[in-house]
Amino acid sequence: MLEVKDIDVYYGAIHALKKLSITIEKGKIVTLIGANGAGKTTTLKTISGLIRPRSGSITFKNVDITRTAPEKIVAMGISQVPEGRRVFSAMTVLENLEMGAYLRRDKKEVEMDMEKVFTRFPRLKERRKQLAGTLSGGEQQMLAIGRALMAQPELLLMDEPSMGLAPLLVKEIFEIIQDINSQGTTILLVEQNAHMALSIADNAYVMETGEIVLQGTAKELMNSEEVKRAYLGG
Amino acid sequence: MLEFFQQAVNGLSLGAIYALIALGYTMVYGIILLINFAHGDIMMVGAYVGFFSISLLGSNILVAMIFAMVTCAVLGVLIEKIAYKPLRNSTRIAALITAIGVSLFLEYITIFLLGATQRVFPASAFPAKYYNLMGIVISNKDIFIIVSAVLLMIVLHYIIKRTRTGKAMRAVSLDREAAVLMGISVDRTISVTFAIGSSLAAAAGVLVGVYYNTINPLMGIIPGLKAFVAAVLGGIGIIPGAMVGGFVMGILETMVSGYGSSLYRDAAAFGILILILLVKPTGLFGKNNGEKV
Repeated sequence: MLEVKDIDVYYGAIHALKKLSITIEKGKIVTLIGANGAGKTTTLKTISGLIRPRSGSITFKNVDITRTAPEKIVAMGISQVPEGRRVFSAMTVLENLEMGAYLRRDKKEVEMDMEKVFTRFPRLKERRKQLAGTLSGGEQQMLAIGRALMAQPELLLMDEPSMGLAPLLVKEIFEIIQDINSQGTTILLVEQNAHMALSIADNAYVMETGEIVLQGTAKELMNSEEVKRAYLGG
Repeated sequence: MLEFFQQAVNGLSLGAIYALIALGYTMVYGIILLINFAHGDIMMVGAYVGFFSISLLGSNILVAMIFAMVTCAVLGVLIEKIAYKPLRNSTRIAALITAIGVSLFLEYITIFLLGATQRVFPASAFPAKYYNLMGIVISNKDIFIIVSAVLLMIVLHYIIKRTRTGKAMRAVSLDREAAVLMGISVDRTISVTFAIGSSLAAAAGVLVGVYYNTINPLMGIIPGLKAFVAAVLGGIGIIPGAMVGGFVMGILETMVSGYGSSLYRDAAAFGILILILLVKPTGLFGKNNGEKV
């Protein structure tokens, strides 16, 4: 479904992604783990079109999107739940969800999807008139996920959805991710919480300083000595 | 007491004009963090377009206003595309200096094309009538200025709060990158912001023509600066702040003229700016959250 091939990304003189390649098959959960500053967020931003690679290519559903404008990429079916949630704080919960559906013109279906989001996250329904900035961290994360789902993505990019959440909420978020996946959305999950990420993913990549250093099925990586030592605290 | 209310009424119409101009400043700042110093001059262009559509085409004041608004909407979008867009990723000071350049360009190209002499806004477009309300004299001009400004503000409020485009403007202003991830086109949103802000300035320009009766190519400078103060007073980037700030500035100016001396009215306006920057730099409606991110 998504094929990232040999991309190089620079921030000025800094070589942030080095010949990075990732393949994501339809229907899977793929996770990208690694330490802070490894380039995970940069990878997602590059897929979303916010950053341009200097070389290499990105294809989505067999279409080259390497130089496609970010709003077109959203229209093609790639949504992102950005790091730190980034909800529109001075807008209501409802308006945030509307923004997620910004490109859609099918009003009736948008309303149905909104109901689905509210069924999935009843707390958002209770607070739909409230400003997003007044929500708790967990609620904001749910809103960020709901907002991304409003675009009807085929591929959902999630950047550290568990960040800053209490353990119980982290568990809930991961269950939600699995549930979203089981309903047909392919997921690329970036996480520092390697253990949780590997436990729900099909395939995984390990990043270090802009490069993929390990890849395989989640099971293989979970049992790899190297991963255990560096990321799973074993 | 009567004198006080009379001054307040006079101040309301001036304040309505300042508020309209201040809205453009604050909207543009909210979206691209630029103080568009050419904004007062866009108002001037609006006044001229209004003037010519009345004097040459014989249109009535409302048609003149719509004509001015449409022309300046296009002008505002062009200025953004030509002058500011190429600098979007450079330092803010570069864009600010460019804005001053655009301001001078608009002023002197107008002098070059139309001459520096002031023109009298055709009185026939708006025959003055005066009404006496319990001792307070109010003219049909005042009523027209206040009503049209308030109507425009209601329309703006509706656009920003209720329409898809208005919500996109707020989203871009709150978090540009997150807005892009929603599929919102930042370029288009910035263009719309300039179009709306400039058309409000154009409406204000025509109203200035009605208020002062004369227009000239440098007429945008002082009202532009005062509207800028109004925007800062209300909290730059905050739309209700600009409305309130505009009215406060207008009423303050007429009060200073009425009770003190009109020589001090400009000093009072800029005194307010200094005071605000000293006491509450975020303005009346601003929350102190440091630099906007």
